[in-house]
Amino acid sequence: MAVLEILAYPDARLKQTSQPVTEFDADLRRFLADLEATMRAAPGGVGLAAPQVGRPQRVVIVDVSGRPDIPHSGRMILINPEITEREGEAVGREGCLSVPDYTGNVARAARIRVRARDAAGARRDYACEGYEARAVQHEIDHLDGLLFLDRLVSRRDLFRRKVYK
Amino acid sequence: MKRWHMLTVVGRDQPGIVAALTETLYRGGANLGEASMVRLGGNFTIMLMVEADADAPGLRRLLEPVTRRLQLHAHIDAIEGRLHEHVEPNVRVVVHGADRPGIVAQVTAALAANGLNILDLESDVGGTADRPIYIMTIDGYTRDGIAALERALEPLRRTGIEARLTPIDTMVG
Repeated sequence: MAVLEILAYPDARLKQTSQPVTEFDADLRRFLADLEATMRAAPGGVGLAAPQVGRPQRVVIVDVSGRPDIPHSGRMILINPEITEREGEAVGREGCLSVPDYTGNVARAARIRVRARDAAGARRDYACEGYEARAVQHEIDHLDGLLFLDRLVSRRDLFRRKVYK
Repeated sequence: MKRWHMLTVVGRDQPGIVAALTETLYRGGANLGEASMVRLGGNFTIMLMVEADADAPGLRRLLEPVTRRLQLHAHIDAIEGRLHEHVEPNVRVVVHGADRPGIVAQVTAALAANGLNILDLESDVGGTADRPIYIMTIDGYTRDGIAALERALEPLRRTGIEARLTPIDTMVG
C-alpha cells in the first residue's frame, strides 16, 4: 500500500471526466488499497475519488463511520457509481483535499440512493442521508470533473428553496 | 518591498465603486487579498486586503483621484497578511427578533463569555420602518461545545430573542 499524491486545484486533471472501470482485476484491488490508504492519511478526509490522485477512473471511496452520531453505511467502495434517486435538499459546509485552506457552503440532495459495483465487480445499492449523502455526491462530482467550488452558494442562499435543475 | 494594508472604504452606494477602485489598484501594481464588500443601508462598504510596494501615504495618493470622484472615505492600516490560516467555523448562530437596542451586545456577550470566537457576522434590519426586525447570522468557532452556548442563550430567549444554534460539521472529501 502506498499513500499517493493528491492533486491540488487548479490542476487541469481535476476537470477531466473519468472513464468507467471495465477490469475488476488485481491492479484495481492494488489501486483501491492505495486510494484508501491515501484517504486515511489525509487529516479529516472522509472520501476520496480516483481522479484526485491522477487516475481518471470512476472509482470513489467514502467512509464517514468515524464521525459521531450519524447514520452511515460503513466503508463504501463505489465503482462506476450512479445516483438513482435524490430527495430533499440541504446546505452544508464542504472542503476538499484537492482545495487546501478553503471551505464553503454547497446545496446537495438530503437523501440519495446510489448504485455501484464493488471491488469484485458485484452490484451494490446503498441508501445514504445527510453527511454521508453529501460525501457521496461530492466524490461522484469528481468523476465528472466537478469540484465543490463549482457548486458554492452564498450564506444568503442558505434558505433557498430550490437548487437542483 | 511588498507589504500588506487593510483598505477600508465607505461611501454612498453607486454603481462602479468596486470596478474603479480595483482597476486603479491593479494599474498601480497592487495585489488584492481577502475582502468583504457589502451595501449597508444606502452605503457601500469595503474592507480589502491590499499588498503593494507603496506605504500607506503612497497608496492613498494612488487612490485619491477615484475616492475624490466617487466621494468615498478611505482609511488605510498596515497589517500582517497571514493568509492561508483560515479557522474553520464549527457553529452557526442565527438570531432574529423585533429590533430593539441591545440585541447584538447581549447575544455576543453571552457567546463570548462561553468561548465563542466570531469568524463572520452579518446582520440586516428588515421589516418596515415602524416595525423593524433584526436578523443576525454568526459563524464562529467554539472550543467548549454547543451545549455551553445553548445554556448562555437561554435567558435571552425568555426576553423574546429567537436564537438558533446549528453545528457546522464540514465534510472534507
